Amino acid sequence: MSEPVLRVRGLCKNFGGLAAVDSVSLEVNTGELHAVIGPNGAGKTTLINLLSGDQTASAGTIMFFGMELSRLAPEQRSRLGIGRSYQRTNIFTTFTVFENCRLAAQSRAPRPFDWLRDAYSDPAVAHQARQALDAVGLAKRAQEPALALSHGEQRQLEIAMCLATGPQLLLLDEPLAGMGAEESVKMIELIGNLAESQAILLVEHDMDAVFQLAKVLTVMADGKVIATGTPEAIRANRDVQIAYLGAAEELPG
Amino acid sequence: MPNITLTRAPLLVALVLLVLFPLVGSTFYLQLGAKIMIMAIFALSLDLLVGHAGMVSLGHAAYFGVAAYALALISPKYEAANLWLTLPLAVGAAALAALIVGAFVVRTGGVYFIMATLAFAQMIYAVFHDTKIAGGSDGIYITVRPDLSVAGFKPLNLESPSEFYYLALILLAMVFWFLNQLLHAPFGRALAGIRMNEQRMRSIGYPVFAYKLAAFVLAGALAGLAGYLAACQFGFVNPDILAWHQSGIVLMMIILGGMGRLHGAVIGAFAYVFLQEVLSTPAVVGVYAKHWQLPMGALIVAIVLVLPHGIGGFFDIAVRRYRFRQSEDAKDQP
Amino acid sequence: MVLLIQILNAVQYGLLLFLLSSGLTLIFGIMGVINLAHGSFYMVGAYLAYWLARTTGSLWLALPLAVLIAFAIGLLLETAIFSRLYRRDHLYQVLLTFGLILIFEELRSIAFGDDVHGIAVPALLNFSIPLTDTLSYPVYRLFVTLVCLVIAGLMYFVIHKTRTGMRIRAGNSNREMAASLGVNMPLLFALVFASGVALAAFAGAIAAPISSVFPGMGSQILIICFVVVVIGGIGSINGALIASLAVGLADTLGKVIAAEYSAIAVYLVMAIILLWRPQGIANKA
Repeated sequence: MSEPVLRVRGLCKNFGGLAAVDSVSLEVNTGELHAVIGPNGAGKTTLINLLSGDQTASAGTIMFFGMELSRLAPEQRSRLGIGRSYQRTNIFTTFTVFENCRLAAQSRAPRPFDWLRDAYSDPAVAHQARQALDAVGLAKRAQEPALALSHGEQRQLEIAMCLATGPQLLLLDEPLAGMGAEESVKMIELIGNLAESQAILLVEHDMDAVFQLAKVLTVMADGKVIATGTPEAIRANRDVQIAYLGAAEELPG
Repeated sequence: MPNITLTRAPLLVALVLLVLFPLVGSTFYLQLGAKIMIMAIFALSLDLLVGHAGMVSLGHAAYFGVAAYALALISPKYEAANLWLTLPLAVGAAALAALIVGAFVVRTGGVYFIMATLAFAQMIYAVFHDTKIAGGSDGIYITVRPDLSVAGFKPLNLESPSEFYYLALILLAMVFWFLNQLLHAPFGRALAGIRMNEQRMRSIGYPVFAYKLAAFVLAGALAGLAGYLAACQFGFVNPDILAWHQSGIVLMMIILGGMGRLHGAVIGAFAYVFLQEVLSTPAVVGVYAKHWQLPMGALIVAIVLVLPHGIGGFFDIAVRRYRFRQSEDAKDQP
Repeated sequence: MVLLIQILNAVQYGLLLFLLSSGLTLIFGIMGVINLAHGSFYMVGAYLAYWLARTTGSLWLALPLAVLIAFAIGLLLETAIFSRLYRRDHLYQVLLTFGLILIFEELRSIAFGDDVHGIAVPALLNFSIPLTDTLSYPVYRLFVTLVCLVIAGLMYFVIHKTRTGMRIRAGNSNREMAASLGVNMPLLFALVFASGVALAAFAGAIAAPISSVFPGMGSQILIICFVVVVIGGIGSINGALIASLAVGLADTLGKVIAAEYSAIAVYLVMAIILLWRPQGIANKA
């Protein structure tokens, strides 16, 4: 068994006396979408923040291809190959769709402080941006301002921006948030395609998506992991049922 | 495409007019023109920082002053200093000051950044005003303007008003061109992203602190260039050029002309100096000429309340609305 | 004994600073407005006191009148101008209040000229208490200290023991929440702002016999107030008190020890606090 892309051990985040994330451990491998689910307030977004570097962990280790991440700033983690999408759409609203991705791709260009060249004259960066837009299906909207996109399209742009940086691990924070039925289907298809070639950690509330996409599920409640396993095992797990439904019943999905 | 495309024609016209001006202008207007162009460089430097990197500094006059004082301190008492030597040194001193201060203040943001820049600028002011290091509140005179001679050849004689005017014009054009390049280049695009959404820039891999610090130092260096020229022109430096009042004035200029557009900074500098001259001319306003800051202050208040994007921005928005409406109408056609 | 005099001076100066900075920090904390013109209100108070004392012949009359006029000016300014600044970017607040400074300075210049003026200490308090054979301390300064302490006490009482004060504290920590709980925010803002102006004016008026009345007095004291607000923490009255006294001490003693470097030292402390603990000493992170 090769080294997992992401290995988390005993990750904790304390706010005063409150443990928002309490000794969480999990692993993510390429081609194996790992979903994290749980009721509201379970600590899922905090977990993603700890992994992306937006918040600093109080204790525990995060190993990315065997490299310890806890001390690294978000930009450093991104450069190592981690892409993170946000629950509340976090794009550059007044830039064009293309510029959003181009800027993301530019971060990997060899001369960041270049002040001589025109930014738009770099073919490699432009190509990367266009590829990312193609992958999410937004190529036709490239020249429009990001504001003009529908909510679902903006969520797609969120992901395109991550892809434009060429990541090896994707941390997706509720990509389906606020989406209608039709848009969700497209997004699920997109994530499914990505899951084949990427390592993905997906935080989601939408159970359809989760049970369609995930190969591994981790269930969190009150900051702790209460179960980890395959979708079938989780569905039948009593603790999970109690945490979600307050009683031991079958979970939908 | 980012919204910083320049309309070429008006710029070229302006440039030609500026180049031809010395043929018709009197000495007074040549000096005024040079002063405006120096202020335009100062305003451009702040526009980079505030308008493009989104970092509101209330202490920018410090770097203007450091370079001016640098020239005063290294100039021989009764001879001309060599421009080729003193200009880089003065600008370098300003850049160094900006680097040291920036290393501390760029860590902060928002209102704390505003106050931190003010605090450090006041510290620098106190050094020049309270101590004997640089003549205290009396200031230092620069009796002879710097000399441009190199290997016996003297391209410009700065003692001549028209030639000093041309130096200012050349440098303004260079700074303008340089900043335009910069804003279209990867570095400039990154700054625009940082201004809009710093957190996202970090999360896609940009070392935001390094970019902001670089912008801060660059802005400081360009302010230093303006300060050097101002010292040359005025022939006298004193702590007032570093006062926070000055930092407020240059902030006013970029709002007056429209922030975030290079030509806005230049327009703002022209507008401010022009207004100042008009409002302080007894022939125009009579007895209240001495109190020109009153209508100036009232104008600023009015502009902030009514025209938040400045004069230049007002026109930009009007043009954009007109174009948008045109395209909307076109869409309605079957 | 000379040290005692310096400490008394420092406390007096510190308390005056507190009157000024408390207004500034509240306006900052509750309304989120960075107000560069606050120093101008100090100047307005001093010049009002000078003019009213000259016309009425009595500083005792001039003081309350100056405060009332300043309060009215504050209400006017808030409704006409500052209420539009609450949602604006700090850059525009800085610019607008900077424009206000210019306006106030020129109005002052037109009305009173640019000379330095003095106000006579009221006859009732115009004597000194002997401390030693050779040294004595002016009673007026003690009076100023006492009055500032009383006002500080009143402020503490109002803010911590009254319902209005409770609303102010609520508005300070969470504006939206306070508004949704039915607090009349516009009225509260207007009152807080006008009170801040009145406090600043009062400080200028009562200090005038000591520090005299001169152009630029507003700008000078504004910067020091900023230092106090930063060190004490935005929005914190307690912090403003501690920081005012600290700055008062540092400034007064600093001038005695190393006059050239005292100002530099004060700004250095401000810079250090901004970098190490930007929320100030009294606020939580």
